[in-house]
Amino acid sequence: MKDSNLFDKLSFRLEELSNLPKIDDGVSISTLIEEKGFSRREFMGWAAAMTSMLMLPASFTPLVAKAAEMADRLPLVWLHMAECTGCSESLLRSSSPTIDSLIFDYISLEYHETLMAAAGWQAEQNLEHAMEKYKGKYILMVEGGIPQGESDFYLTVGAHGKTGEQHAKDAAQNAAAVFAIGTCSSFGGVQAAAPNPTNAQPLSKITDKPVINVPGCPPSESNIVGTLLHFILYGTLPALDIYNRPKWAYGLRIHDACERRGRFDAGEFVQQFGDEGAKKGYCLYKVGCKGPYTFNNCSKQKFNQGTSWPIQAGHGCMGCSEPDFWDTMGTVHEPLANRLYHTTFGGLGSDATADKIGLGLLSVTAVAIAAHAAISVVKKPKV
Amino acid sequence: MSKRVIVDPITRIEGHLRAEVIVGDDGVVQDAFVSSTLWRGLEVIAKGRDPRNIPLMMQRICGVCTYSHYLKSTMAVEDALGITIPYNAELVRTLMNAALFMHDHVVHFYHLHGVDWVDIVSALSADERKASELAFKYCDNPIGTGENELKLVKEKIAKFAKNPQGLGPFANAYWGHKTFKFTPEQNLIALSHYLKALEVQRTLAQLMAIFGGKQPHPQSLVVGGVTCVMDILNPARMGEYLVKFQGIADFINNAYYPDIVMAAEMYKTEPSVMKPMGVKNFMAHQDFMVGRGEYLFNSGIIMNGDLSKLLEIDEDMITEEATHSWYKNDKALHPYNGETEPNYTGFVDGETVGPDGEMVKTKQIDESKKYSWIKSPRYNGEPMEVGPLASILVGYVSGNTKVTAVVDGFLAKTGIPTAALFSTLGRTAGRMLQAKLIADNALIAFSNLIENLKVDQETCATYIIDKDKEYKGRGIGDVPRGMLSHWIRIKNGVVENYQAVVPSTWNAGPMDSKGAKGPYEADLIGLKIQDLTQPLEIIRIIHSYDPCIACAVHVMDTKGNKLSEYKVDPLYGECSI
Repeated sequence: MKDSNLFDKLSFRLEELSNLPKIDDGVSISTLIEEKGFSRREFMGWAAAMTSMLMLPASFTPLVAKAAEMADRLPLVWLHMAECTGCSESLLRSSSPTIDSLIFDYISLEYHETLMAAAGWQAEQNLEHAMEKYKGKYILMVEGGIPQGESDFYLTVGAHGKTGEQHAKDAAQNAAAVFAIGTCSSFGGVQAAAPNPTNAQPLSKITDKPVINVPGCPPSESNIVGTLLHFILYGTLPALDIYNRPKWAYGLRIHDACERRGRFDAGEFVQQFGDEGAKKGYCLYKVGCKGPYTFNNCSKQKFNQGTSWPIQAGHGCMGCSEPDFWDTMGTVHEPLANRLYHTTFGGLGSDATADKIGLGLLSVTAVAIAAHAAISVVKKPKV
Repeated sequence: MSKRVIVDPITRIEGHLRAEVIVGDDGVVQDAFVSSTLWRGLEVIAKGRDPRNIPLMMQRICGVCTYSHYLKSTMAVEDALGITIPYNAELVRTLMNAALFMHDHVVHFYHLHGVDWVDIVSALSADERKASELAFKYCDNPIGTGENELKLVKEKIAKFAKNPQGLGPFANAYWGHKTFKFTPEQNLIALSHYLKALEVQRTLAQLMAIFGGKQPHPQSLVVGGVTCVMDILNPARMGEYLVKFQGIADFINNAYYPDIVMAAEMYKTEPSVMKPMGVKNFMAHQDFMVGRGEYLFNSGIIMNGDLSKLLEIDEDMITEEATHSWYKNDKALHPYNGETEPNYTGFVDGETVGPDGEMVKTKQIDESKKYSWIKSPRYNGEPMEVGPLASILVGYVSGNTKVTAVVDGFLAKTGIPTAALFSTLGRTAGRMLQAKLIADNALIAFSNLIENLKVDQETCATYIIDKDKEYKGRGIGDVPRGMLSHWIRIKNGVVENYQAVVPSTWNAGPMDSKGAKGPYEADLIGLKIQDLTQPLEIIRIIHSYDPCIACAVHVMDTKGNKLSEYKVDPLYGECSI
């Protein structure tokens, strides 16, 4: 689609949204931004950064800014399944300027077990109330894998002992959009690692509704907020990869934008943690970095207001936004290429067809990388 | 006639937790049961994996105390393999730990526990000038309590409160409850700190990420040491840590500390907060190395609240049993030999107090049988409370001068007797005192690291895992929620057996075979509840432990699990790890 067509389409969508009633008539997000001490200029700067993150042309910045202002039309329900609350914690971290969190302060967070003041019956009432009042309008975000079928009893919530599976199903039924936040909700996560004793399943296996996966353990808050903005802008599913991850966030291979990529190309590798190469920031491939097989924007976005990311801290990528990475990525401190493929990519995964394709691609890449690593070391024996 | 009240979900905690209490006509709790309603089975998953993968996997037990399990699991593998890690690595781990403790305690008090103490709606009627002056009563340099600042806070909340739809996460809570004791001005001060703490927790996460790469779930520990060697050799990076740390320490000393002093003043006559604890046995373990042989936390056991005696911990006396837990073998077993085979017996039909006070049909637990996914850990057969209060008390009794300084200072400032620490207020104060202990002393580790780097830049020890050998080891110490231990056996180069005995398991576990209750349940008995439809007193007590239920229901042993009983995708059958 041509940029101008897309621009018109998005403008129309925002126009439509702006006609919807706001949750809170008292305040607009622009006034809230001012109250929080941000100038319009800073806000536009943030919008420009988000625009580029969403892989939109720079001319779309005003639309992204407007989309952020439309966030007050969206009630949000956040459910906790079999999880560790890391994704909720990530949500609290926010980027600088803290507009990400502003959106979350500002969006009507109708139900979130970690943050809400009400408990017990009152909490349950809040959930029922939100699902009834905002039927078809609320955004559902789910954190955690979901014990399913005959194993559904591994999670119950509420006085009536309703299973997590039923909660997720019901909440998804009347949601305007459904997002699986984190690797557990997207792909099952750590509890679904072999042999998956509780039969934990991804959200997409629980509901018939389309689910957008925002994996990562946990995903950065930028990816969570970006997904939301994208929905506001388009009102439809974003372009997705074979694992239903938004391409704007997960289209990039960690390895391709890695700050240590030059070291890889030069054949300079850390041989073991703490060695001279580690002090100089050499490539971590030989101590197990899974950056070449992992699709996410960590190498560009980093974490905690750009403070750092695992590779900067001298530890390889563990591949945490890939399906079933606990089972498919091998030993964390050994390169994958040293291992046999039938054991590491042995037909695991939620989608066998996708897996076979992924297997082929990854094998070719991995072999090429291993060969490259070997050759470059032989060619340039640097210390 | 007695009635049953269910609180499920208990919100503002990590994980899924349910409390059921039986209340007499006088509103007093006669009996109490606490149940975790989620099991994830990580114990089964750990088996057969490469030990080097386990710390990152165990980290996923919990994203709130996101570093605790990573650290203790790494230590367990190191203990098993007989690795001594470099001094630099010890100190870096301590600096990361400082970030975790301060983060955990600040977030817990303000964002999880805070609205049990602070009535946000009452703050709306505060006089901001009076509040601003009042802040100086509790602190010489108060933070965030200038008259103008408080005015802004009030306006912000007033806007929020005007529109009921806008209340979002604060909707339908217990505002105006009779056990709220702060004046409107005090509520406003605490509310200002609640908002300030949202910023502080972001900075604290950055503090962890400087050496950890990210937070939640930092990624810079490996078996043998740490990987962030470039960061510690970079003076600008070290400076970043120092400056951020000092800002946080300022908040702890001039906001968190005075707020707890204020709470002590106002709540020391509130029976639901000062009710003596049900279990007065405390256990804590040495941890938080700040220099060679120098630790901020001490080891020991206090029995029956007797502060004149400190017993040594004998790790062989630790057992877990499952009489009332949804597992098959009821026997009390040591962590190295534990057995865990799920045996879910579910709920029974019953009638309990509904949202409007009428009896309604619900599910309820059958306390005569099994009723929780949490096991019951015991020390020498006795229940124990673990946590910051336990650590502070053990340090105090040990005569650790850094601990006695903060405790005596607090007792003098508030005028409460030592015995008053054996209460919900004491538990909440103990957590703050531990945060202060760290804020005041953790930079000793920073100075020692700088000194040591001048002569030694080692950050990681080398090791091999011999496939023909068998290993066993444990990582043990005090983390923000109390004493945590991870136990591992390695055989054929892979995990043969794994188990963690977690703080929230000690505190939240169900009755044991003798009917003895763990700390949560014992604490609820005798509690008077003002309004059965607004069980604020119950959740305040439970929150004071800082529950982390995904932690409590976690990783136990792997022996004897008949996986064939579960639907296992045949694809996974051939997966070798």
